[in-house]
Amino acid sequence: MDFMVFQYPMISVQACLDGILLGILFALIAYGMALQWGVMNIINIAQGDLVILGGYIAYFMYLYGIHPAWGVIVSPIIMYFVGVGLYKLVINKVVDRDLFISILATFGISILFMQLMNFAFGADVVLANSGYGTTFLFDGNVVLPNSKIFSAFVSIVFAICLVIYMKKSKLGRAIRATAQNARAAKILGVDTEKVYAATFGINAALCGVAGALISITFTIHPYMGLPYTIRSFMIVIVAGLGNLPGVAISGMGLGVFEEFADYILGTEFRIGSVFLLLVLILVYRRFKLSKKREYLK
Amino acid sequence: MKIKNIIITFVSAIALLLSTTVVSFAKVVGDKIVLGAAVSLTGKYSSNGVHTQNGYNMAVERINSMGGIKVGGKTYKFEIIYYDDESNPKRAAQLAERLISQDGVEFMLGPYSSGLTKAMAPVTEKYGVPMVEANGASRSLFTKGYKYLFAVLAPANLYLDVAIRTAVELNGGKGVKIAQAFEQDAFSQDVRLGILDAAKDTGSEIIIDDKLPKELNDMAATLVKVKQMKPDVLVVSGHTKGALTAIRQISEMKVDVPMLAMTHCDAAKLSKQHGKNSQYALCASQWHKTLTYKDKWFKDGMTYDADFNKMFGYAPPYQAAESSAALLVFKDAFERANSFDQKKVRDALAATDMQTFYGNIKFAPGGQNVSKPMVLFQVMCDSAGKCENKVVAPLKWASAELIHPIPKWSER
Repeated sequence: MDFMVFQYPMISVQACLDGILLGILFALIAYGMALQWGVMNIINIAQGDLVILGGYIAYFMYLYGIHPAWGVIVSPIIMYFVGVGLYKLVINKVVDRDLFISILATFGISILFMQLMNFAFGADVVLANSGYGTTFLFDGNVVLPNSKIFSAFVSIVFAICLVIYMKKSKLGRAIRATAQNARAAKILGVDTEKVYAATFGINAALCGVAGALISITFTIHPYMGLPYTIRSFMIVIVAGLGNLPGVAISGMGLGVFEEFADYILGTEFRIGSVFLLLVLILVYRRFKLSKKREYLK
Repeated sequence: MKIKNIIITFVSAIALLLSTTVVSFAKVVGDKIVLGAAVSLTGKYSSNGVHTQNGYNMAVERINSMGGIKVGGKTYKFEIIYYDDESNPKRAAQLAERLISQDGVEFMLGPYSSGLTKAMAPVTEKYGVPMVEANGASRSLFTKGYKYLFAVLAPANLYLDVAIRTAVELNGGKGVKIAQAFEQDAFSQDVRLGILDAAKDTGSEIIIDDKLPKELNDMAATLVKVKQMKPDVLVVSGHTKGALTAIRQISEMKVDVPMLAMTHCDAAKLSKQHGKNSQYALCASQWHKTLTYKDKWFKDGMTYDADFNKMFGYAPPYQAAESSAALLVFKDAFERANSFDQKKVRDALAATDMQTFYGNIKFAPGGQNVSKPMVLFQVMCDSAGKCENKVVAPLKWASAELIHPIPKWSER
């Protein structure tokens, strides 16, 4: 146990800001997952691999001399079509089955993507340099890489655009209707097949954005996808399904919690402590639920 | 129906052909000594697996073209049967079993990485098959009492030992304050144990001791601690990802530390991927082309570098050089044993004492190479931003002077 983080207030500020910036980026990935989980009832294990693929698109742009930040525009466009293609090939066959089948199918896609990326791009860890400098706050006591600020900013912009799109556009309304009751929507003339394809495409596009941002802020590697899947899964579980503002808050909350756990317990317990929190939240939810049931009885 | 029959006949003919070729593999066939190797051609180690294979192939080609191996008055040539272990330890162990019991291989070369070597060693040991490996440095390989395992490389605990000793020397012999961050895998933890030993020896103090989870891409928290506690040395080991993440975040957060020592810099292509930001980083390496070791086959490091470049189109990382050295060791042992008896070859291997372009090779009873020190190189960049790795320690091999302490970010 190390309480340095409380002795030096500036470290707490640093930890909070680091956690929030990290959390916003994760929330974007979780946002996509929550969307297609809610609409299609599919838990996408290949979520992280879509992120990494998006990262490689930005990385290749960087290799060819284009600034990787443009990946934020190009990567989601390509990834949208990858997502729609995946839906047409595999997902449409499992969309009405039970959850277990969809987990198996997306797990298979995940393995396939990992191996294909490894085959196509090689097993080296790579990154794209944005060349954005650093921001110093409080006399240089708090340091924020501009690349992280940029990613958080881009994530927020995309999240807001998506919320507006879902509220205002025809497709957005169709997606929400399908999420509420697919059968009713179908009867009322919504082409649910199209809605599903678009939802999966939007999810892949969000992964593309996140991937491009990750290639700028962290590193990418064909086998690095799973942690992103698990993280977004956790964020969605904590927030609850269909609760999109909750995803943003739980993303940031987990990010900050993780940073503090790192300082207090040590880096080795960082991810473990987040899982512990997840278990506690699930137990608490169950407890609350059983109370409600008793009341109903 | 006819077409189906033709296909079946065709397929079975090929199967028959393949099976007969497989049967004809054995330890020594005609004038060939057949070695078995499982290397990672796919999966997460595939880059280094290919370096390993290229290193082996280069040495086979060189030894065969320079007269081969003389045993019992007859000249033999090397040949290697390769399998792809898919970077998977279970698969590696199966392949070792297959190479030995199906293909009849009696001598083996090692795979890439400590983890895979660890999986294969019990199998080769069980069958009494001598294995010379070049890419498994974990200390635990050499403490299990294996009799048939020989490693041409220095064990993992010595990787960054030199860095700590150099820092202490520069501090006038007084102990230094060390901050360290290691990934939680066998190799990095061995490097960590080496640092703990060196710290104890030199009276140094470890003020930050972080363990980085494998999934983690972010070491900002460790670096904030480093900024606050101002250690003399920061040591990072977490494979290529660790090296790349460390340099990215140190340069973004402008962390000033007098000495930064790491592993896996050349595998991570640090100076290429990070350019000037990686300047002054100290990296542990098994080999560097400017070292002045010599042998008859490859002459010296510079010649090896040029020849390898000609053959494969890229500069050899140390993983390739050490793999080539493994073949030289085998050749030497066969000739001294003057026999293909596994026990005799094993004893000859144990008595190895030679110099190769890669370094001196002499095995301790545990099987690790004890006569080749690790070298440290420092990334140095010119004003045009072109970066190069220059050996700075041990002093005997240094081609440039160590820049210490690292200039502050504000002064760069």
